[in-house]
Amino acid sequence: MKKEVRLMKGNEVLAEAAIRCGADGYFGYPITPQSEVMETLMELKPWETTGMVVLQAESEIAAINMVYGAAGTGKKVLTSSSSPGVSLMSECFSYMAGAELPCVVINVTRGGPGLGTIQPSQSDYFQATKGGAHGDFHFIVLAPASVQDMHDFVFDAFDLAFKYRNPVMILSDGVIGQMMEKVVLADQRPRRTEAEILAAEKDWALTGKTADRNEHIITSLELDPYAQERFNNKLIEKYARIRENEVRYEEYMTEDADYIIVAFGSASRICSMTVDMARAAGHKVGLIRPVTLYPFPTKVLHELAERGVKGFLSAELNHGQMVEDVRQAVNGLAPVEHFGRSGGAVFSPDEVYQALLTKIINRK
Amino acid sequence: MAKIKGTIIVDIERCKGCGVCVPSCPSNVLALSPHVNGKGYNYSYMANPDACIGCASCAIMCPDSAITVYKQKFE
Amino acid sequence: MAEFEVQIKEENLAFRKSPILTDKVMHYCPGCSHGTVHNLVAEVIEELGIQDKTIGVSPVGCSVFAYNYLHIDWSQAAHGRACAVATGIKRTNPDKMVFTYQGDGDLAAIGTAETIHACNRGENIAVIFINNAIYGMTGGQMAPTTLIGMKTATTPYGRDPKLNGFPYKIADMIAPLPGVCYVTRQSVHTPANVRKAKNAIKKAFQNAMAGKGLSFVEIVATCNSGWKMSPVAANKWMEENCIPFYPLGDIKG
Repeated sequence: MKKEVRLMKGNEVLAEAAIRCGADGYFGYPITPQSEVMETLMELKPWETTGMVVLQAESEIAAINMVYGAAGTGKKVLTSSSSPGVSLMSECFSYMAGAELPCVVINVTRGGPGLGTIQPSQSDYFQATKGGAHGDFHFIVLAPASVQDMHDFVFDAFDLAFKYRNPVMILSDGVIGQMMEKVVLADQRPRRTEAEILAAEKDWALTGKTADRNEHIITSLELDPYAQERFNNKLIEKYARIRENEVRYEEYMTEDADYIIVAFGSASRICSMTVDMARAAGHKVGLIRPVTLYPFPTKVLHELAERGVKGFLSAELNHGQMVEDVRQAVNGLAPVEHFGRSGGAVFSPDEVYQALLTKIINRK
Repeated sequence: MAKIKGTIIVDIERCKGCGVCVPSCPSNVLALSPHVNGKGYNYSYMANPDACIGCASCAIMCPDSAITVYKQKFE
Repeated sequence: MAEFEVQIKEENLAFRKSPILTDKVMHYCPGCSHGTVHNLVAEVIEELGIQDKTIGVSPVGCSVFAYNYLHIDWSQAAHGRACAVATGIKRTNPDKMVFTYQGDGDLAAIGTAETIHACNRGENIAVIFINNAIYGMTGGQMAPTTLIGMKTATTPYGRDPKLNGFPYKIADMIAPLPGVCYVTRQSVHTPANVRKAKNAIKKAFQNAMAGKGLSFVEIVATCNSGWKMSPVAANKWMEENCIPFYPLGDIKG
C-alpha cells in the first residue's frame, strides 16, 4: 500500500502522529515554540474521529497532572511544552516515575535560563537526562533530528512508556519544531478499547474495582524508608534493563575516523556537514549521534576510544552538558572537548569545524 | 403499646475513645469506659443500656465505624 | 426485663460499617471529622451501587492516605492538583464516577488554580472539601481558611489580617461559575448534620454521573489536634466560631 507523504512542520507532525498512534488524550498549555502542537490537534478534532481527548489546561502544572490522572487509568496520554513550561511540570514527572506511569512528554526546547529566548537551544539536556526533578528517577529520552523523527518517535515513545511503565521524553528543539520537511505518515492505528486496556493493564490501572480483584492505587507515597528503598531498587533494576536494551544511536563515517564529533538532535545535522568539510580537507572525522540520550550510547563511544580515536568533540547548543556523558564514556582514553553556542544562537558547520581544528585536531 | 428498643456493639479495639458519640446520643446511653483498650483508649460503652432506642446517631457520628446498632420492636 | 432484650441478629440490624470501607484502622487522630466523612462517602457509593465505576483522588494532606480506607480505585495526587488529576481521569473515562477529597490547604491555597479552573470548565466530577481551618498533616499551620485571631503554629499570636491576610470562602467564590451546578456547605458535628452531609454527597455524586457539571460539597470540620482541644470541645468551638463565618446550607443548586 502506498504511504501518505506530506510536507509538514515538526510541531504539526507531533500532533498528527499522536492521533495516528492511537493516543487517548493530549493535555497542554501554549508556549512558544511548540504551540502548533495543540493548535493542530484542535483543528483536526480527533475527538470526532478516533475519540482522542484534547484539552487546553490552565497551566503546565495542570496539564501534566491531567496526564498523570489519565495515565493512571491505563490510557495513552501525552503533553508537550517548551523549556520553562517543562520546568513547571517537573514535580509531576517525579510523581509519575514514582507511581510508574507510562506517558509521553515532548519538550521543544528554547534558550535559557529563565524565560530566556524563543530560539532553539539544547540547554535542557541535564534536566531531561539526569532526572529533571526530585528523587532518583530517569526519563527515557529520545532526541529527534528531523521532522520524520518527530513522527516516528511519538510511536516509539509510547511503546517504550508502556513497555517499562515509565515516562518518556522526546527532547526536540525549536529548529525541528518549526522547520518543514517531507514526512511519511503511518496509517491510523485504532485506540485501545476498554477491554484491551483491562486485559493489558489488569495489574495496576484504575479501571474500577470489581469483585474479582483488589482495589488499585496509584501513588508514590511511602512512610517506611526500607519499603521505599526496596521500591527504588526495583526502579534501578528497570533503568538497568533500559540501558541494556534500548540504546539507540547513529554513526556517520566513523569506521576509519581519527576524530569523532558527538552531537544530538538538530546539532547532529549541522555536524554531519562539518564531517563532510573535514573529510574534504583530508581529516578523518566521523559523527556519533545519540538517538537515545537516556540511555546514553556509552559503549560505542568507549569502543571508539579503545580503538584509538584521537579526540572527541561534543558539539551542543548549550554551554557543555552532554560532554560530561561523553567524558565518562571515553574515560580518559582520549581528549574530550566541548563546543557550543547558547541562548538560542545556532552554530554553523564551519564554526564547529574551526572548533574541531583548534580544540582537537591541532591540539598542542 | 409497641416499644422500640435498641442496643449497640462497640468494636472496642477500633474505638479511639474520642467521645463524640457520647453527646450525640439523645437518650444519654453512652459514656467512656473507665477501662482502656489495647491502645490505651477509654472506649465507648452503654452506661445506660435500657435507654437505647437504636437510633444509630452514635454510629453515624463515629469516625472509626466502631459501632454496630441493632433494634427490635416489642409489641 | 428479659422480654425487652434486643436480639443480635441480621433482621434487627439498624446500622453497620459499610462494606465499601476496609478493615484498616484509620490513621486519623481520635475524633477527626475525616473518618465520619469517609464513612459517608462509602455509604453513598454502596447505596448508589457504583463501586466498580468510582475513582477517588486524594492529594497531599491528612487525607492523602484515604486510599487505604475504601474498597475503590484511587489516585493519590500531588499537593493541590486533585482537580487536574480528576479532570484527566474523567475526560478520558467519561463513564466513571470521579471525585476528589481535599483539605483546605490543598484545595484553597496551593491548588486554587486547579480548583477554580476545573469548576469553570464544568468538569463532571464531585469535589469534597474538608475545611478545618488549619494544615493538619504538617502540624497545625495557618490555612487560607484560618479565622481571624485563631492561633496556629505559624500564627502563634493569632491570625492578624495585616500580616496574614483574611480567611476566604472559596465555596462562595466558585458558586457563580456557570460550570458549577451545586455548591453546599455542611458539617458532621451532630447526627442531624451528618445525615444532611450524606444527602449532599449523594446529590453531588448523582450530578456528576448525570453530567450536570461540577458539584462542590464543603464540610466545615474540626482538627482537634491542630486546634489543641478535645474532640467534643472542638465540635463545640467549631459551632460557635467556624459556622458563623462559614454558614451551613446550600449556596447553589
